[in-house]
Amino acid sequence: MQEKKMAIIATKGTLDWAYPPFILASTAAALGYEVQMFFTFYGLQLLRRDLTGLRVSPLGNPGMPMKLPYGPKWLRDINLNIPNAVQSLIPGYENLATVLMKKTISNNGVASIPELRELCQEAEVKFIGCQMTVELFGFEHDDFIDGIEYGGAATFFEFAGESDICLYI
Amino acid sequence: MNHDKELDARGLNCPLPILRTKKMLNELTSGQVLKVNATDPGSVKDMQAFANQTGNKLISTEMSAGEFVFLLRKH
Repeated sequence: MQEKKMAIIATKGTLDWAYPPFILASTAAALGYEVQMFFTFYGLQLLRRDLTGLRVSPLGNPGMPMKLPYGPKWLRDINLNIPNAVQSLIPGYENLATVLMKKTISNNGVASIPELRELCQEAEVKFIGCQMTVELFGFEHDDFIDGIEYGGAATFFEFAGESDICLYI
Repeated sequence: MNHDKELDARGLNCPLPILRTKKMLNELTSGQVLKVNATDPGSVKDMQAFANQTGNKLISTEMSAGEFVFLLRKH
């Protein structure tokens, strides 16, 4: 049986949206797929050496539950719905949300992003950084982990055109 | 049933039980059996799907006291 192929375009640079591309890529690799990921625009943040800058914002995101990962169950069950206008005025609100989300992630036995990225690399998932975005945002190749290939849309299509699954995330 | 290796995936959530299973199967030879302990309810369907797609055989799935025990025979 010929190896199946999956191509992913990762375009988001937040902690929450870092999950879908890395979860799908690592799982596909475990199932025997050959996987390539193309990181463009904000998705390039997922290739940084230091991922501690990844954050999550509840602002303008009504789908995001805001629950405390600490304390007794009745307290944890409360959804802290705070209006956007108030959120935007509280200094450090995003930092707080990020800390709470990281705690919730580890409480639930969900892998961290650095861990998932490493699992992808171990499984030989190929990472391609969008060279145009690197220049557009004033990044240096040295900002990113080793083992990345840099290219453009045409480079991506070389693999994506042959893929069985192609996702834009 | 006897097993050749055991994986403790308790407390881990999707996709870690599958990724660890795959990794540990790499250390086995064809025909050997891996026992996986997990607590993720999603792993019941996922382990079957993993077996279907990779050719490894899911010999059994047992549930007791909120834990799942899978036996997989390496392809």
